[in-house]
Amino acid sequence: MRVGVVYYPGSNCEQDAVWACQAVGLEAETIWHKRSTLQGYDALILAGGFSYGDHLRCGAIARFSPVMAAVERFAADGGLVLGICNGFQVLTEMGMLPGALLANAGLKFRCQDLLMRVERNDSPYTNACDPGQVLRMNMAHYQGNYFADPETVAQLEENGQVVMRFCGPQGERAPRFNPNGSIHDIAAISDPSGRIMGLMPHPERVMDPALGSVDGRFLFESLRDAIAARQSPEAVSVAVLPQQV
Amino acid sequence: MPEAVTILTDELVGEAAALQHGMTAEEFSLLCGILGRQPTVTELGMVSVMWSEHCSYKSSLVHLRTLPTEGPAVLQGPGENAGAVDLGNGLAGVFKVESHNHPSYIEPYQGAATGVGGILRDIFTMGARPLALLDSLRFGPLERSKNRFLLDGVVGGIAGYGNCMGIPTVGGEIYFDSSYDRNPLVNVMCFGVAPAGRIVKARADGPGNPVIYAGAKTGRDGIYGVSLLASATFDAQAQEKRPAVQVGDPFTEKSLMEACLELVEQDLLVGMQDMGGAGLTCATSEMASNSGTGIQIEVAKVPRRVSNLTPYEVMLSESQERMMLVCTPENLEAVMAIFGKWDLDAEVIGQVTDDGMVRVLDHGVMVAEVPARALAQSGPCYRRSLQEPQLPPTLRARDLVCEVPAEAVLAALLADHSIASKRWVFQQYDQTVRFNTVQRPGGEAAVIWLKEAGTDAGVALSIDGNPWFTDLYAETGAKLAVAEACRNVACTGARPLGITNCLNFGNPEIESCMGQFAAAIEGMSQACRALNVPVTGGNVSFYNETEESPILPTVVIGALGKIERASESVRSGFAHAGDAILMLGAAAATDEISPSRATPTEDTGLGGSAYVRHFHPDRTGAPPTIDLELEARLQNLLVEAAAEGLLRSAKDCSEGGLAVALVEACVALADGDRTDANQASSGEASAGAEPIEGLLGATIELPEVRAQERLARLFGETPSRVIVSLAHEQVERLEALAASKHVPVRPLGTVTSEPQLVIAAGDSTWLRADLGDLYRTWAGALSAAMEQA
Repeated sequence: MRVGVVYYPGSNCEQDAVWACQAVGLEAETIWHKRSTLQGYDALILAGGFSYGDHLRCGAIARFSPVMAAVERFAADGGLVLGICNGFQVLTEMGMLPGALLANAGLKFRCQDLLMRVERNDSPYTNACDPGQVLRMNMAHYQGNYFADPETVAQLEENGQVVMRFCGPQGERAPRFNPNGSIHDIAAISDPSGRIMGLMPHPERVMDPALGSVDGRFLFESLRDAIAARQSPEAVSVAVLPQQV
Repeated sequence: MPEAVTILTDELVGEAAALQHGMTAEEFSLLCGILGRQPTVTELGMVSVMWSEHCSYKSSLVHLRTLPTEGPAVLQGPGENAGAVDLGNGLAGVFKVESHNHPSYIEPYQGAATGVGGILRDIFTMGARPLALLDSLRFGPLERSKNRFLLDGVVGGIAGYGNCMGIPTVGGEIYFDSSYDRNPLVNVMCFGVAPAGRIVKARADGPGNPVIYAGAKTGRDGIYGVSLLASATFDAQAQEKRPAVQVGDPFTEKSLMEACLELVEQDLLVGMQDMGGAGLTCATSEMASNSGTGIQIEVAKVPRRVSNLTPYEVMLSESQERMMLVCTPENLEAVMAIFGKWDLDAEVIGQVTDDGMVRVLDHGVMVAEVPARALAQSGPCYRRSLQEPQLPPTLRARDLVCEVPAEAVLAALLADHSIASKRWVFQQYDQTVRFNTVQRPGGEAAVIWLKEAGTDAGVALSIDGNPWFTDLYAETGAKLAVAEACRNVACTGARPLGITNCLNFGNPEIESCMGQFAAAIEGMSQACRALNVPVTGGNVSFYNETEESPILPTVVIGALGKIERASESVRSGFAHAGDAILMLGAAAATDEISPSRATPTEDTGLGGSAYVRHFHPDRTGAPPTIDLELEARLQNLLVEAAAEGLLRSAKDCSEGGLAVALVEACVALADGDRTDANQASSGEASAGAEPIEGLLGATIELPEVRAQERLARLFGETPSRVIVSLAHEQVERLEALAASKHVPVRPLGTVTSEPQLVIAAGDSTWLRADLGDLYRTWAGALSAAMEQA
């Protein structure tokens, strides 16, 4: 079970993602953006950071990196791709996920703990969570304010592509629990298949009780179990979302 | 080796040019003596920046040499880009603090950003991976819109650079005083780790070895940064110096850092030196001088952003994100390949020579030839005349009549921007990247887990410097700064191993100012010796004055300590209702003195205290005295008590005294648990004014004193006092441990689940306040000030 963590010049969370994968028993290694082939990986993570210094627009230059054609092929072949923070921004720039990440409401970089609610626990990234489970996460971004046109948002909701939402301690939604102004309190969305997911908070930074929270483990354990299930479909029942109609 | 070329004599310049470059006539004649002739314009430029106060430490060196710099843990003392201490596990902890004050006044965002970039380069130039940043900032009061503009810009610049670099900002402090109105301070500290046996030095050994320039291209920015900005006082036309401020590009620096660390990892280098202040001139002369070699470079080979730079401009440019490296010819290809991987410019611009000269050629024509030692080491050095500061009399509680109720005093101090929560600032910094941050900003010290080294161990980092104490009496103030920085580290359970300092003063040519500087060095020396923490490096920033009004003399101390199990570090906030609260250290001793005595203790820590600044602004007195021997015993006790797992919290009493420390200890847990979107404000701004969950309270019993001394007991800032909380069953053990260390200890009270702070003595209640109200005051003051129009 091997995870590749794609990083670019300016990425800075690739080692954290490798560490988080290893902490749940996954093999993981970094993949430099100049590589053009990807073989032997069961999942890919696009790491957070400031690819190309966020010049032009977050993720706008990274999408042209040589590795991205291979990432697209990997996804088209049914592979699991998780974009965290800047990785989410890259996925939207690629068009692999709809919408865009705007500057935070308040127009400041924000690093803080927050809560988010698991909207569906049948995704490869949430299968270890209870339905509606509230996870304590950490975020650190300037552009994490998810936005899409009303039709797209309606479609995301209808298809169940909103995987996680900002919330309060009881899972309740309110403006005061939305730290960046995201539309519909969106923290994470997936493609219709559920195999490609982007999220703004950093699950790889909440893996240890001494460092604030362990809730990030639910996401990485989900990924691990999803990979296991794909390798022996009988062994684990939860795998990949059924294709939405 | 290229053949020698004669200098073009028509470029020689005289004394008038030297004076324009900020040199004195004596310095010019010293230079002519060294050269045996007048200098060329390029030489004059090079020498003037290297002999500037900023680069040469010419006014401070005679004093700095008296600081204790050696100890068993010291791997690298002052003289390199940063100091280093042994962290065990084969690791060196590399750390330093540096100022970027003047640039940040002229252009706050870029000034602060390049300050971060500069200190980061100092750390990775040593071959260490930077793991954490801390900032010590000083501004004028936020009532003035200019100061809000400066704070907003400086914080934005620190965030913009540090966040992009992927290095967490984990701590710091901010004080406000009108003396910083036109001269804010931006001191940045960085900590990194390197394998203990593989610290890289700024050396150019091996004549014939190639000299490589790597990183950003050279432009015209930052010329005279060290002389025009850092070594001169400001007047009303300060804004005209904006072109001397550098512009930062953290993206290039991130790539440069990764490339340099790969080079070190593969052991490909002879030496490395960043090009920051004084640029190419500083890098060439220091590397050659350190190795007793020379360096010859061809400026035409330097990668440039603009085409028409003169050799003078190339040598003086302070364009950021540039590095100079020396390797053997065999390793050159491998070095270039790594820079290629990271898409960075890298050029061989010269080679190491054996004759001790820095030689600069422009298309083969020699434009400068100066002994490296003269540039880097044997410049002017002054023992400036000084006026010794006078110790003011002690402020006595009975002389300060104050009719304000204790609750109102407490509320006023909690709303003081120097004391109030700094979350509005910290949440703009990435505090958690690299997944190492055990204790984030807001506690006594930041705690970083050395995860990459495969160990449970960690370091605690603190940066401190109360400027009002140094202003009142510099020697005591400096002692207090060292003691507090180390005490904060010890509160987490970490043993202090060393300190770095940033000394921000006014004009050294003014006797009173130089007297304060010398006294501060003396105080720092005494404290370091008593606490057994050597100084491993630092920075001096003089000329911090605009139109002849100097800043408060500001001694900023960065302390580093080691803790065996980072995950078990002690936090500053109360953790459990029902726990016992005890006072360790000085106050426990003085409080025991019977109130019936005529003068129980004259010094209750009022001089320079926040209470006196607010309620008796016309009164000044000596800063609190400190018993350094007791301080050392107290810190040792804290480390051992933490190692035994006795403590649930430890909180230093500093600004605002006992009462403010108690409030901060009661709210810390709830404040850290917040997950709402308006954490920087009181919570009232958000819809519904939700109550704050999880606030704790405390019931405190103090010995009775005369009525007019109560406020002094509550708000005096006597040092060497730490409030600890612990389970009741551990109290006996802690008392025994304290007794064995000869540290006074006294019960204070109990942590309560009801969010009330009650401080009483016998039958009289001194203070009773709702912690929800106190928390909202403390949590919301800074954001309310910054969010006003």
